[in-house]
Amino acid sequence: MELFDLPLIWAFIIGFGIIMYVLMDGFDLGVGILFPFAPSEGDRDTMMNSVAPVWDGNETWLVLGGAGLLAAFPMVYSIFLPALYIGVFLLLAGLIFRGVAFEFRFKARTSRYLWNWAFAGGSTVASFAQGAVVGAYIQGFETVNGAYAGGALDWLTPFTVLTGLGMLAGYALLGSTWLIMKTEGRLQEWAYRITLPLLAAVLVIFGIISVWTPFVDDLVRERWFSNLSVIWILPVLTLLCAFQIFRSVRNRFEGMPFVATMGLFITTYLGLVVSRWPYVVPPEYTLWEAASAYESQLFLLLGLLFVIPIVLTYTAWTYWVFRGKVRAGEGYH
Amino acid sequence: MELDPLLLSRIQFAFVVSFHAIFPVFTIGLASYIAVLEGLAFKTGNPVWLKLSGFWTKVFAVVFGMGVVSGIVMSFQFGTNWSNFAQATANFLGPVLSYEVITAFFLEAAFLGVLLFGRDKVPAGVHLFAAIMVATGTFISSFWILSANSWMQTPAGFELRDGVFHVTSWSEAIFNPSFPYRFLHMGLASFLTGSFVVAGVSAWYLLKGREKEANRKALSMCLWLILFLAPAQAVVGDFHGLNTLEHQPTKVAAMEGNWETSSNVPLLLFAIPDQEAQTNRFEIGVPSLASMILTHDWDGVVPGLKDVPREEQPPVAIVFWSFRVMVGIGTLMILVGLTGLALRRGGRYFQSRWFLQVLRVMSIAPFLAVLTGWFVTEVGRAPWLVYGIMDQASAVTPSLTGGMALFTLIGYIVVYALVFSAGIYYLMRVLYVGLEDRPDEDEHEAERPARPFSAAHVPFEYGDDEHRNPAGQGGH
Repeated sequence: MELFDLPLIWAFIIGFGIIMYVLMDGFDLGVGILFPFAPSEGDRDTMMNSVAPVWDGNETWLVLGGAGLLAAFPMVYSIFLPALYIGVFLLLAGLIFRGVAFEFRFKARTSRYLWNWAFAGGSTVASFAQGAVVGAYIQGFETVNGAYAGGALDWLTPFTVLTGLGMLAGYALLGSTWLIMKTEGRLQEWAYRITLPLLAAVLVIFGIISVWTPFVDDLVRERWFSNLSVIWILPVLTLLCAFQIFRSVRNRFEGMPFVATMGLFITTYLGLVVSRWPYVVPPEYTLWEAASAYESQLFLLLGLLFVIPIVLTYTAWTYWVFRGKVRAGEGYH
Repeated sequence: MELDPLLLSRIQFAFVVSFHAIFPVFTIGLASYIAVLEGLAFKTGNPVWLKLSGFWTKVFAVVFGMGVVSGIVMSFQFGTNWSNFAQATANFLGPVLSYEVITAFFLEAAFLGVLLFGRDKVPAGVHLFAAIMVATGTFISSFWILSANSWMQTPAGFELRDGVFHVTSWSEAIFNPSFPYRFLHMGLASFLTGSFVVAGVSAWYLLKGREKEANRKALSMCLWLILFLAPAQAVVGDFHGLNTLEHQPTKVAAMEGNWETSSNVPLLLFAIPDQEAQTNRFEIGVPSLASMILTHDWDGVVPGLKDVPREEQPPVAIVFWSFRVMVGIGTLMILVGLTGLALRRGGRYFQSRWFLQVLRVMSIAPFLAVLTGWFVTEVGRAPWLVYGIMDQASAVTPSLTGGMALFTLIGYIVVYALVFSAGIYYLMRVLYVGLEDRPDEDEHEAERPARPFSAAHVPFEYGDDEHRNPAGQGGH
């Protein structure tokens, strides 16, 4: 007896998990992308300190995303990962290098530059790979009987390269606005300076992607240009967020640029979701077809409803402990 | 030459999972040890316990961090290389692995931060609580992952519909027939690993005459643990073996190198299994002993490999020899425990240099025992992924080519070699610096609350020799 539309509930949960991951790991990956361009080595110390206490908690959301997809939508898990095989490897290799760089860089002296590059390179590769995954999702996958049937590099197209670059620019913007909020002095000055050019890059790339996307697939075009005109509010909100970033940087607000950038990500993300809804493995399968068994979704949901509020409490508490500005050589004390 | 994606995927999984396994098996035992030290410090107020706890927490941070990064890889392996398996088993494995994330990983991450950086920020009782929570998290994690593995060995509580597993009873599936034995066997293995590493490091410090009081206390604790845990492990292992005999007779046949089902089967001490000829060469054995051990009867019947077709037999030589290495190391562990007891009067165990040297060498033994033990259980169930139901060939990702699999196999080997040799080097530096109270040579670093590694404020020269250390760091 199926009382609830569990696949729908799970689509919201996984969707929530993905945006949590993107926003939380997004800014610390962005700090990594910006790393080589920092004014000085001391500023790099401060940049790293600003994300060091929270980055591994942020990445746990990615592990939850992997396990949660397997539990709730196994077809997505078992089509996406084979289709993106090489990309997934690059993503994981990038995350490993940047993860260990946090620690090894502070222990190194003569070889510190190596871990600078491991941190920047790992963050950049991982961010690009995540953007390419988004592009590959919009493109759709070649499947036969619920299994991936395409080649190793089908995902790598001009479109996914562009979405990869878009993610790089977007994460860099999250990183720069995070630094505005968490630092002061020369480093904050630098972050203010690079934010508007980054915003321009994001708007240009996101704009090209938005114009291009309807031509990638008929259904997406139909979604945006026929019946559902109410969804046009999303790109309007995106532009409002962009304007808010512009205005708040001009006015030297410290928190608002980061908040507005998160808003820009959320509205873009929702725009993406409505483009493809309810397909989770385009162009073939909807979320109901990709779902796992009812009793499995129910069994995990019951635990999740109980445990996730506790987890969110921990997470909020961690950010509370490490609130405020990071100062050079001072850490969080 | 045609590259076989199945074989390459098997090699890749064996590589990444073996590499990953050595870290958690150590941290599970070590987390409990740290919790005990924190508890002793809290109760007695003796600074020696705090000193030991502080030192081993540094080691824990590094090892835990390496476990985390190699663990992220594991959560995607099922999808990239074994997508048919993932699709078929997701109804059970998906929720179980997700429960591991939400009940264990988040718990460990949150309280590890407090354990590493919160000593001055929270009351002592809260700090002790954090240590207990981290230890609890490692156990919860092993509970779920061993349930998942055991279900693949002895599947239960499900029915197959159109090639997909559907759970009919969660309690039967989670507490499947081999799970209690495997959980207990791994729990003891983790405690033994922790004990032998701590004992080996303490022995090394005592050989160098450093920090005698703390290291004697640590060594004494470990030797008591080893004295009781090593024989207990043998008993649990025996029960685990009997359970395997009931549910996976072919695996036991491979462990014993027994080809024909018969009574009075000898326990082979040495043999070279020849799978082509379906027989052993150069056998040396004790008559009827395998029958006695497995059935507790000299005339007991032991199953043979030839009961199943050639293509359903596991690679016998790997299972046969891995089992002997594991049992051999287990026997050595019992001997170490007894020797420690014999040397206890008058504290000779911390003065006898040869014994301390033995302990130093034995610190790597548990890792070998754990790896070979897993080789026995994992290789021994070949060719099955879900025992008797789904074989490896039908589980592999259909779109995977040999070239792709080779690319990532080489990729993971290179990445792990680079990252983990640096990590091991850094760990050695932590051990080298040791427990001594040293003036903080680097205020800046001492203030830095990164995690998970950074409770260990030790300068690190990647690729630098010991003697090239800048003198300015001083202190050691």
